[in-house]
Amino acid sequence: MPNTILILIVLALGVIGFVLGRQRAMASAGGNSRNLHSLPSYYGYNVACATTLPAMGLLILWLLVQPLIINSSVSGLVSDQASEEGASLDLIMSDVRRVADGLDTAVETGVLTEEEVEALDAEQDDIRDLLAGVGFALGSDVTPSTLEAAKSYRAMNEVGDTWKSVFVIATALTGLLVSWRMTNKDFRARNVVEQGVLAILIFAASIAILTTLGIVLSLIFNTMEFFRLYPASEFFFGLSWNPSFSGRGGGSELGILPLLWGTLYISLIALIVAVPIGLFAAIYLSEYASKPVRSVAKPLLEVLAGIPTIVYGLFALLTVGPLLVEVFGQKGFLGVDWMSGGTAVMTAGLVMGIMLIPFVSSLSDDIINAVPQSMRDGSLGLGATHSETVRQVILPAALPGIVGAILLAASRAIGETMIVVLGAGAAARLSMNPFEAMTTVTAKIVSQLTGDSDFSSPEALVAFALGITLFVITLGLNIFALYIVRKYREQYE
Amino acid sequence: MEDLAYMDRQMSTEQDIKISAKNVQVYYADNHAIKDVNVDIADKTVTAFIGPSGCGKSTFLRCINRMNDTIDVCRVEGAIKIDGEDIYDKRVDPVQLRAKVGMVFQKPNPFPKSIYDNVAYGPRIHGLAKNRAELDDIVEKALRRGAIWDEVKDRLDAPGTGLSGGQQQRLCIARAVATEPQVLLMDEPCSALDPIATAQVEELIDELRQNYSVVIVTHSMQQAARVSQKTAFFHLGNLVEYDDTDKIFTNPEDERTESYISGRIG
Repeated sequence: MPNTILILIVLALGVIGFVLGRQRAMASAGGNSRNLHSLPSYYGYNVACATTLPAMGLLILWLLVQPLIINSSVSGLVSDQASEEGASLDLIMSDVRRVADGLDTAVETGVLTEEEVEALDAEQDDIRDLLAGVGFALGSDVTPSTLEAAKSYRAMNEVGDTWKSVFVIATALTGLLVSWRMTNKDFRARNVVEQGVLAILIFAASIAILTTLGIVLSLIFNTMEFFRLYPASEFFFGLSWNPSFSGRGGGSELGILPLLWGTLYISLIALIVAVPIGLFAAIYLSEYASKPVRSVAKPLLEVLAGIPTIVYGLFALLTVGPLLVEVFGQKGFLGVDWMSGGTAVMTAGLVMGIMLIPFVSSLSDDIINAVPQSMRDGSLGLGATHSETVRQVILPAALPGIVGAILLAASRAIGETMIVVLGAGAAARLSMNPFEAMTTVTAKIVSQLTGDSDFSSPEALVAFALGITLFVITLGLNIFALYIVRKYREQYE
Repeated sequence: MEDLAYMDRQMSTEQDIKISAKNVQVYYADNHAIKDVNVDIADKTVTAFIGPSGCGKSTFLRCINRMNDTIDVCRVEGAIKIDGEDIYDKRVDPVQLRAKVGMVFQKPNPFPKSIYDNVAYGPRIHGLAKNRAELDDIVEKALRRGAIWDEVKDRLDAPGTGLSGGQQQRLCIARAVATEPQVLLMDEPCSALDPIATAQVEELIDELRQNYSVVIVTHSMQQAARVSQKTAFFHLGNLVEYDDTDKIFTNPEDERTESYISGRIG
């Protein structure tokens, strides 16, 4: 029975349970809902929840566990073949699943009957042709053991699916019956439904948390795998980034320092651009601008935050890079020959700085607005001018919050990818010259994983090590920023 | 004692007029908040503004040092003169004016700086001290005048926000005094304080009268009676009655004043 129909049956049982539970409650109260502990529909919800939630939970669990069990028992059948041919077990198992899917389709479309599938013999029948006929192209001929494995895979799946349907529907019916029997006018259905709501909320929250946990764990395991193939000390302290894709694992230099340097250098330039401009814009908007100006200027500034970073990347590549070459390049405006190509740390840094302006300005704006009006009054009342007030009272009072905003902007700059790919070039380099091309951790993660790559080689796995390094850095910055912002909040509330 | 206090008041009424307001109108956008107020405030006197909430007494107070300029929709008409000089004249710099007319606010608002820097803020901005020693002198004098020196002299580097509410308010008074103003405006300075801190601040106000003209807005009629020599009663934006404090509280001329004082309106 397909899962969709199973789910629909459970839901239908839930609806029936709702109606029955409500009726029973009303009947036990003699038709007068005032005699009930809870509103009538709470009894209905109670029965509906007891019917659907355990059944759905069982279904999810079954769907997670069944493939694991079947995979492990089927792979026992083909492990001999795997060791004979030296091919990996994963590849053979994916062949098995594909053949099984093909046979399923063949049966469904009526090309074969179940009996004919049972009678198939890899030696005599050309299964590859047969499956190609129903739209399943296989990479190689089907060996007898693969076919047998596919057959038992199908059989086990069929048995599992049948039991799954039986158990899920049985659970739903049991839940319905038990909760229906419990329903009477003194039953505290309202409190039980409250628990049900709590359970749903906890479920939603734990999905978010478990996903994060899963991502972190997958990063950690893959990183450990990488460090088995490549020494950690060379990764963290190596001065050169030079991966080779030709020889597997041989001759690659995978030092993170040039990438980290590029990341920090570009982020630094971005912050040097974004912090003063963003801060001054925030001061203007929150302290000086009149209401009409503010109501137009603030959304306009925040539009900058809505531009996709790839568009900033184009802007860097096509406009800012050539412009900088015209100023700093050979035969340029200044007559100095510092810059040879449009892609450089400076290009990416400037454009990234522009991207960060709305980030800094809108956070700082909120923080400056949170400084109590009484501070301004106090300073103005002593005969200070507006800018003296801003400089000597408001900014010091808002400083912790502004530092928090800057740190959050910094962690965005460190994680930025597209602007760097297009604006800063791809050469990993340790250099002080901001007009040279460099690259960052994120850009290198992209280039290590795109194109044909074998996911078990150190050249691909290094991406996970780079990712977790970046994750730790930005996480640290975010925690530090939140700590500072929170400390500041306590001061005035 | 009674006689002495009476003589005090007699003297004060005979003193020079420090602030003189003629036909003052204040509008917040379309709302006519102050209607045709005329008042002469004497030097070296405590003048109390009383009246129900929203009657315009704080608004009028804020006109005297042009703090209302910071509110966009606020418009002031008429003439307010300090020492015969119209403060709403185009040639007058409101920033300079506010150095001359200090203000203490309803809620204590020390800056998030050290106690020393709080008091030194005004003198530094206006360049009142030539060197550190002079500044130290000014700070000490102001803190003594604010009757808080003994409590904070050992921790001048501690943040001003760490003091208790009453101490904070006295620090704010010291801060206002440090710029050597000629007039001190106080907008309900005791409304956030407990009775003990209130008594300390009231005592302080009485001392400050020797050097400044003090104008205080208050919701407490007892406080007005205790600290002021002259009282003005505002109602619905009008100045209803302005006279010696004794007369206002014992024998008011207007029946609205009487109703307010006896608690029937407000």
